[in-house]
Formats: sequence, C-alpha cells, structure tokens
Amino acid sequence: MDEEYDCIVLGTGLKECIISGMLSVSGKKVLHMDRNKYYGGESASITPLEDLFTKFNLPSPEETYGRTRDWNVDLIPKFLMANGQLVKLLIHTGVTRYLEFKSIEGSYVYKGNKISKVPADEKEALTSDLMGMFEKRRFKNFLVFAQDYKDDDPSTWKAIPGFDPKTTTMSAVFAHYNLDKHTIDFTGHALALYRDDDYLAKPAGDTLKRIKLYSDSLARYGKSPYLYPLYGLGELPQGFARLSAIYGGTYMLDKPIDEIVLEGGKVVGVRSGNETAKCKQVYCDPSYVPERVEKVGQVVRAICLMDHPISNTKDALSTQIIIPQKQVNRNSDIYVSLVSYTHQVAAKGWFIAMVSTTVETDNPEAEIGPGLTLLGPIKQKFVTVSPIYKPLNDGVENQIFISESYDATSHFETTCLDVLSIYRRGTGEDFDFSKVKHNLGDEDM
Amino acid sequence: MAQRTSVQRPSGGGQGKICQFKLVLLGESAVGKSSLVLRFVKGQFHEYQESTIGAAFLTQTVCLDDTTVKFEIWDTAGQERYHSLAPMYYRGAQAAIVVYDITNQDTFGRAKTWVKELQRQASPNIVIALAGNKADLANKRMVEYEEAQTYAEENSLLFMETSAKTAMNVNDIFLAIAKKLPKSDNSATGSQREGMTLRPSDPTPGPAGCCK
Ligand SMILES: Cc1cc2nc3c(=O)[nH]c(=O)nc-3n(C[C@H](O)[C@H](O)[C@H](O)COP(=O)(O)OP(=O)(O)OC[C@H]3O[C@@H](n4cnc5c(N)ncnc54)[C@H](O)[C@@H]3O)c2cc1C
Ligand SMILES: Nc1nc2c(ncn2[C@@H]2O[C@H](COP(=O)(O)OP(=O)(O)OP(=O)(O)O)[C@@H](O)[C@H]2O)c(=O)[nH]1
Ligand SMILES: [Mg+2]
Repeated sequence: MDEEYDCIVLGTGLKECIISGMLSVSGKKVLHMDRNKYYGGESASITPLEDLFTKFNLPSPEETYGRTRDWNVDLIPKFLMANGQLVKLLIHTGVTRYLEFKSIEGSYVYKGNKISKVPADEKEALTSDLMGMFEKRRFKNFLVFAQDYKDDDPSTWKAIPGFDPKTTTMSAVFAHYNLDKHTIDFTGHALALYRDDDYLAKPAGDTLKRIKLYSDSLARYGKSPYLYPLYGLGELPQGFARLSAIYGGTYMLDKPIDEIVLEGGKVVGVRSGNETAKCKQVYCDPSYVPERVEKVGQVVRAICLMDHPISNTKDALSTQIIIPQKQVNRNSDIYVSLVSYTHQVAAKGWFIAMVSTTVETDNPEAEIGPGLTLLGPIKQKFVTVSPIYKPLNDGVENQIFISESYDATSHFETTCLDVLSIYRRGTGEDFDFSKVKHNLGDEDM
Repeated sequence: MAQRTSVQRPSGGGQGKICQFKLVLLGESAVGKSSLVLRFVKGQFHEYQESTIGAAFLTQTVCLDDTTVKFEIWDTAGQERYHSLAPMYYRGAQAAIVVYDITNQDTFGRAKTWVKELQRQASPNIVIALAGNKADLANKRMVEYEEAQTYAEENSLLFMETSAKTAMNVNDIFLAIAKKLPKSDNSATGSQREGMTLRPSDPTPGPAGCCK
C-alpha cells in the first residue's frame, strides 16, 4: 500500500462507499480501506446468524432458526423511498443493476392503541378507518391540493386564497381545510415524515413537497412508497464499492488503521502498521477519528427475531409502522419496520422487526415499549443504544472529510444529503452524473 | 476465428428459447480471469492485460441445438487483489469459473478456497467449472493435471486446462457450462429473478417533473 493516492477512504459503510464510487468515477485515484474483514461497517447486514448472537455475547442460536446462512440481519433499519435521492443515485450510477428490490407491503400509523393503514391518495383516504366520514372529505380535498401543488406555479395555489409558499404556514393550510389534530398528526409524521411538530409554524412549501414525494413514491411501485433490497441493506455499500472498483478504486479490507498523518495542519497520508499510503484527502466515518467528532444524541434500536408477522397488518411480509410522538407523549416518533424471509434476510418462516427512536430519557429500552408491544411474541431481542456523532468542522482546512453517524430516520434521504455535501466540500463542485459512462459495462471492456 | 463456430453474437431473429445466466469468474489476481473473458467474448489476447478496471460485465451468447444461452459475465473488477471481494459479486450466480494458473501452486490453493466458499454461500445448484489456465506454459507447470482432475471429480466440478493465449479450451469450457445449466422454462426469462430492478422512472414522470 506504500503508494500515492488522491483520496483515501476509511470505512466501507454506505456513505463512504457512495463517496468512494463518486470520487473514482470523477477520475480520482482512490484507496478504500476498512479495519473489518467485511464490507458495510455500521450498515452491514450480519450473516450468518451466529455472528449476530456472538456480537451480543449470546450462545449460538438453536436449530429452530433454520439455516443460519439464510439470515442477513441489518444493524440499522432503513427503507428506500421509491422516488427519493438514493434511488436516483442508484439509477444514475448504474449500481441498481447489481441489486434487486421488493416493495414494502404496507405503511401503517398508530392511533389510539391500534394501527391503521396510511392513506396516501384520495381513494385510500375515503376507505381509511383513521377518520370519520366528514373528516375524510376534508382530508381528500387537502390531498388533492397537495398533489397538484407546485412551488413555482401560482395557478396551483388558488384553492387557498392569499396563499404564498414563503409565508403561509403549514398550520394555516391545515386550518383552511379544517383538519382535526389526529389527521394533522398522521399527515405530518407518516406522510411528510417529520420527527417533531416544528414544521407547523414554518412555510408550507416544504411540507407539501414531502407529501407529494410520498405519493409519487407510492405511485411508482404500488403498495407502499418504500423499497428494500433483497439480501439486506448491506448489499448497498457493496454495490457502490463495486462501482468504485470498476473505475479503478483499490480495495483493502481487514486493514488496521493506525494513524492519519498530518503535515502543516493538512492530511498527507494514512499509516497501517509500518506502511504509509500517501494522499491529499481522507474521507471517513466518525469511528476512524474519535477526536474529531462530537456526540449530538443517541438512537435506541431493538432488533427482534419473530416467527410471525405483525397483527392487524393483513399478515404483510414487510411493513412500516410510525408511532407519532403525541400518541405516546413523546417528543420524537417511534418507528417499527418489518422484513422477512421473502427478502432473503431470514430463514423460511422468520421475520425481523426493528423498533427505533431518538433517546429522550435514561431508560431508552422503555422508550420503545409501545413499538415492542405491537409486535406480539418475540423469540429473540437485541437492543443497542448508539451515539450519533457529527464532525467538529467541515474538513476543508485539514482535508479530512467526516460523515455523520446514521440518524434515527428510517429512510435514506438524510444519508444522501450528507454524501452530496461531503462530495461538494471535498471537491469544490457538485457531483456530475454525466461522468458515469452510460452503457456501463455491457460489451465494452 | 475458425474455432468460434459455436459461439455467436446474438443474431436477432431467435428460433428456440433464450436462457440468460449470470456467470462469475473467481481466482487469485493475475491468473487470467479477464484474459479468458476477453478471449471468449472478443477473440482477443493481450500479453500485457491491465488489471481489470472499467467493465461491469460483458455478455456473450452460445447456441446449443434449439436453445440460445446468454451469459452475463461478471469480472471481479480487481477487488480480489487484496482479498476484498464482496459477497454480492457471486450472489445469484448460476455459474462460476474458478481459475488458477498451472504455473503457480498457490493459485490452486486459492481456487480450492473459492470452491468451498461457493459451495457454502452461492445458490445450491450453481454450476462450477475449474479452469487451469496458462496451459501454454507447460514447461513451467507446478500443478499436475491429474491432481486438479481428481480434486474436480471429488467436488463434482467441470474441469479443463485452458489457455487464453492460444485459445485452447476457452470456448469449450463455456460451452460445457452452457450444456450443464438447467434450461427449464422458468429460467428462460432470465435469471430466476425474484425482486425487481429499478429503472429510470418507470410508471411515473421523469425528472423534468411533468404532471400526471
Ligand atoms: C419508517 C420511518 C421510520 C423513521 N424512523 C425514525 C426514527 O427512528 N427516528 C427519527 O427521529 N425519525 C424517524 N423517521 C422520521 C423521518 O425519517 C424524518 O422525519 C425525516 O428524515 C426528516 O428528517 P428531518 O426532520 O431531519 O428533516 P430535514 O433534516 O429537514 O430533512 C432532511 C432532508 O430530507 C428530505 N426529506 C425528509 N423527509 C423526506 C421524505 N419522506 N422523502 C424524501 N425526502 C425527505 C427533506 O426534503 C430534506 O431535504 C422515520 C420515518 C419513517 C418513514
Ligand atoms: N501465457 C499466458 N499468459 C496469460 C494467459 N492468460 C492470461 N495471461 C497473462 O496473465 C496476466 C494476467 O491476466 P489477467 O487476465 O489480467 O488476470 P486476472 O485474473 O484478470 O487479474 P486481476 O484482474 O488482477 O484479478 C496478463 O499479463 C495476461 O497476458 C494464458 O493463458 N497464457
Ligand atoms: Mg482481471
């Protein structure tokens, strides 16, 4: 490894792999290393199952769990929004051809001790058991407005007299349609995917766009706006790593990282044992630079292995349930996601549920209680409380660009924004998608 | 190319059925994986073949009686060099060629490790072929033909010694794999895909964002 590179990337989590791919595609000479002997870091899917048990200091799983190699258990639960940023990145870079997806079957929201399907279009709204008959009509009118809404086309604002996307607040829009507080709750949290209620006092444009994104994503593949890759989320970093390799990136796993070498306040290389690779820039996750990041919060996550689907979801083999903060007197929502053997992440007949939220008290496990209750009997539960780190600075001065920890959100939108921002800080320009050869691969070697 | 009789580019008008399979190449760096593909797909050989970059996969078609077998051939993109190949690479593969260099005993050891890995991790009915490449360098031979053949028999692998340089057995090994692959009707649509592949804006409007 005693060579000279433009960039060295440390850690093979999803963010680092996307960045590595973008840098290689842009013609940079990239060395990508990981201290682990597998791809994915925090965003790996753990296989075989005994590795997950070992990670949590438990004895090997019993035989009832089937072939342990059939399991690929994510440590961090997330779904892709069908019309979101990550799907765009996958398609533009051609990485999508290495992956297969399934649509998440149902999206539910919790209200008054039970769960209901999230209505995302007018038709669903009219049959939803979330609202009374009159409220349904009002909600339907609101949805029609949101779906037609365009930031730059005043003719789409007409339904609300005096509407101005820069000043009219979201609460004013809800007030115009006379929506009650429960409807506002699931609209803000299960459609617009806000984690708190700050958005109500802000201009409505952003929220309307999020609602539109939800229904456009839904329109794309049906049943729900969420997608999930077969064999688990760990396939995503591997796909981007392959992109990087195809464009000349060099990969070394199982490589201890001993020092990031600086000279005159700027990074000049990375040392592993007695080898040093020279470079002009380093890109890494927080775990490689503990002294250059700060803790800004914590997320609690419970991985639950079950032999049945979740009740009242029509036995869906995959689901998402949002428990809005107010329903359980909290400041942040609780998220439940379920995937299963149909995604090749569990042995036949098995399900993996994940319950997570942002930590607010000193008893994090109790905080996810309402989510765990929805699941029914759990065969095995693994609970983690993970700190969320942010870099202390933007990296421009020392040329060490650090990603943020994966937050509690259960989709990838914030992940992509962080990646695009890091790329911009590192290269001084936005990523140019046209640099990816269009007919990547086929017939041209 | 005289000996490429049974290997043809897709001819458009298809009689009989078309089956598509994912085939991966595995083996230590510099054993000639890319060279074998280049020989098979383009009929070329480069003395100074660069370590692989720039290709996601290539396709090549083989005709068998009434069936057209289309191989989607994946190369390691050099990720194997520091033993850093991602498992995603051989996931879903219906066929694999594990390559070693007959002039280098270590590469044969590595090939055996790959066979084990595939038997554990890949789909249970994957067709595995073992290729002892660089057979043109017989004077530097370090791996005996019989040793490799015995090993292949014990593990139910197809086996041939090949040379990407002289083209010896290159088409033959792909053809042997094509014959051994199951060509039932449900595989005719392609690999037994279960999920969907994302494409630029299927049912919904493109990025320009026109209205519905
Ligand atoms: C299944 C599920 C599970 C969730 N789990 C958690 C959780 O465990 N903990 C938690 O705190 N929150 C969770 N969320 C909430 C949700 O992810 C966040 O509210 C959302 O990411 C917005 O983040 P933010 O408030 O930081 O918004 P911002 O930081 O303002 O948003 C970041 C960017 O993401 C974009 N964005 C936000 N939401 C969407 C969307 N739906 N589609 C496309 N782009 C979007 C915004 O436009 C913005 O540009 C979950 C949501 C879902 C659907
Ligand atoms: N004599 C001889 N040389 C060969 C043969 N096949 C490949 N080579 C040479 O071996 C070297 C390595 O071949 P590659 O095809 O690049 O090997 P690879 O396995 O793809 O290597 P990586 O991409 O680094 O994993 C090149 O210099 C080739 O010219 C062969 O059959 N005979
Ligand atoms: Mg090669």
